[in-house]
Amino acid sequence: MTRGFFACSAVTLFFSVPALASKLTIAVQLEPPHLDPTSAAAGAIDDVTYANIFESLTRFAEDGTIVPSLAESWDVSEDGLTYRFNLREGVTFHDGTSMDAEDVKFSLDRARGDDSTNAQKGLFAGIAAVNVIDPRTVEVTLSETDGNFLFNMAWGDAAIVAPESIDTIKTNPVGTGAFKFSEWVQGDRVELVRNEDYWGEPAALEAATFRFISDPTAAFSAMMAGDLDAFAAFPAPENLIQFEADERYKVLIGSTEGETVLSTNNKKPPLDDIRVRQAIAHAINRQEIIDGAQFGYGTPIGTHFAPHNPAYLDLTGNSPHDPEKARALLAEAGHGDGLTLSLKLPPPSYARRGGEIIAAQLREVGIDTEITNLEWAQWLEEVFRSKDYDLSIVAHTEPMDIGIYANPDYYFQYDNPRLQEVMSTLRGTTDPDRRRDLLQQAQTIVSEDYVNGFLFQQPRLTVAKKGVQGLWANAPTQAVDLTGVSWSD
Amino acid sequence: MLRFLAQRVGSLIGSLLVASLVIFLVIEVVPGDPAAVMLGVNARPDTIAALRAELGLDGSAVSRYLSWVAGMLQGDFGVSYTYRTPVAEMIADRLWVSVPLALYALCLTVAIAIPAGLLAASRRGRMGDYGVIGVTQIGIAVPNFWFAMILILIFAINLRWFSAGGFPGWDEGIGAGLRALTLPAIALALPQAAILTRVMRSALVDVLGEDFMRTARAKGLSQSAAIWRHGLRNGLIPVLTIIGLQFAFLLAGGIIIEQVFALPGLGRLIFQAISQRDLIVVESVVMLLVFAVILTNFLVDLAYAVVDPRLRKHP
Repeated sequence: MTRGFFACSAVTLFFSVPALASKLTIAVQLEPPHLDPTSAAAGAIDDVTYANIFESLTRFAEDGTIVPSLAESWDVSEDGLTYRFNLREGVTFHDGTSMDAEDVKFSLDRARGDDSTNAQKGLFAGIAAVNVIDPRTVEVTLSETDGNFLFNMAWGDAAIVAPESIDTIKTNPVGTGAFKFSEWVQGDRVELVRNEDYWGEPAALEAATFRFISDPTAAFSAMMAGDLDAFAAFPAPENLIQFEADERYKVLIGSTEGETVLSTNNKKPPLDDIRVRQAIAHAINRQEIIDGAQFGYGTPIGTHFAPHNPAYLDLTGNSPHDPEKARALLAEAGHGDGLTLSLKLPPPSYARRGGEIIAAQLREVGIDTEITNLEWAQWLEEVFRSKDYDLSIVAHTEPMDIGIYANPDYYFQYDNPRLQEVMSTLRGTTDPDRRRDLLQQAQTIVSEDYVNGFLFQQPRLTVAKKGVQGLWANAPTQAVDLTGVSWSD
Repeated sequence: MLRFLAQRVGSLIGSLLVASLVIFLVIEVVPGDPAAVMLGVNARPDTIAALRAELGLDGSAVSRYLSWVAGMLQGDFGVSYTYRTPVAEMIADRLWVSVPLALYALCLTVAIAIPAGLLAASRRGRMGDYGVIGVTQIGIAVPNFWFAMILILIFAINLRWFSAGGFPGWDEGIGAGLRALTLPAIALALPQAAILTRVMRSALVDVLGEDFMRTARAKGLSQSAAIWRHGLRNGLIPVLTIIGLQFAFLLAGGIIIEQVFALPGLGRLIFQAISQRDLIVVESVVMLLVFAVILTNFLVDLAYAVVDPRLRKHP
């Protein structure tokens, strides 16, 4: 089986207009703690570095498909265990050293090593060996077939880094991307400049500045005052209508990989009873939550899968809003005279606002909730690690993460051998049709077991000045890809 | 004077030691593992353990406290867990925003409050006095972040005279830096100015009732000359106390204003550090703020002694 791709991918489609020398100031909400995408979970790092500074063997295109990046093509062996990557010619790191097979081996071995601090070490767990064939060819051997392997290699956590610059990567990242790191004024901004020696189509922007504005009101003011050219993942959906009405701005509404769910502790009574979980599912009115907590932005989901994915099944029909049915199910399960559950909420407004609405909806059917507001650190400790909760609300933002339901130790504590088998078959399957079928089976199982309350897919909201073009509307991974951004005249 | 100084320095050191212990203990009991926060929900337990070891979080609490205090005595505040840069450098960077902002706001406060207080006191019971009292009433009642938002709305969004936030850095020139700090400084200064005006007014009103003021008038000085030459100096003690408190407040209390204006100051640093459980940064910044408050009080004590010679003999 041979698959080959060449460099005319989606990345270059935006360059129909001749590039004008120009600059862009774009804001995101959170400042990255450091700039090494291979050793922390913070999505803010990928916002700045993904595709702009660092590149991986493969990459996500805006529609979520996997396209070649540093590997221009690859061959997969008959048994699906060996991937031979053909690297691009003439790729150099920003410090002038060349990017070759040794760097790829170094990066992958570092990520899967014993003292690795890679937050997504699981992506590399299936790798048995990385061998350098020649400077432009590297061969990766897996311990078992993994249909997700090329997808895994597209993550920011799989960025190709150089051993020469690894010691200072956190404050002075040296990658192969279309932009070079220039300056970081901590607390305020990161500045990038165009990489004139880029292997591919050079960026249209001469320089780009990322600013970090966490307060939603400050975000609105900075955009309105004209300080910013764009704001990716705009944090104040309540203000979008003002930008839509203002002819100086445009609003992009896209999709993300963030499934927002009412996380449920499947082992803790009475939630170990499927009737109770189903009752909760029927008590929920998704549209009310989307309108109230999200100002109308968001797509209802009935399972843990992104609606923009070709393999998505619309299963919202399994859990329509039906308080009568919810009450009947509760009575059948022996909770006719009421029930009290804890609802522990992390800081994002979708959780805090959504939590109040869900609490009211549950009260309608006789379930009282005790709401506790937690900081992220507390949430990780109490809910995620200690599993000391009944219900919580979280957006799970990793791409294609339905596999978490196959892990009985995950904080949902959902243990279903049938699903685990489907997921393990999926890992060993590379045929696209068969994979799609398995993914749909998994979606159905999770939906019909009412593992969690499935609420809505997080939208991606971007505000930009009218003249800015080429920004991604969707976020198939956490990224603010500026390589295709330019100004119209 | 020497005994006075020694006493004050002694209590300064004692307060700092107690403060360091309290800060460390409070932060120890806060739930949340810095390594788990950094690595997120997909991290494997062995990865978290590897990071904990790398950060030096696996030692005992006593040894971590001692090494923290010992480090601080040598000017070494440790290395931030999340940013992996020396905390001292981070704090120094942020001080370049927070201290100028606090000083700028304090200058504005004094520049508004002293004349307004003088005006009110010298027109006591007349229109000018009532006007000043009314305006200060509003100034005290309205929170500074509300002023901040109104200033942004008028001067950044509508008039576009200033940017709505951010800080270009002093490298871009003193003018650009001061410009970026102007709206935040005004927002911080207005409520403080209102407070200080009231203190100034009542201090002067008290002084005006004193016998020596009547003597000064009797000597033939005009009302304003009497206030200027005799009243102001005597009314200054309570005003100094308040200014000292206000400086500490402006330095430590700018968190909300720094959020509203997206300024990279100490307040924002501590805000981020708390949510990321960057405990070493939280400890060190809080310690620094405690030090600033204690030091300011110490300086105010010394200033009393300069203004009022009686305090030197009977501390």
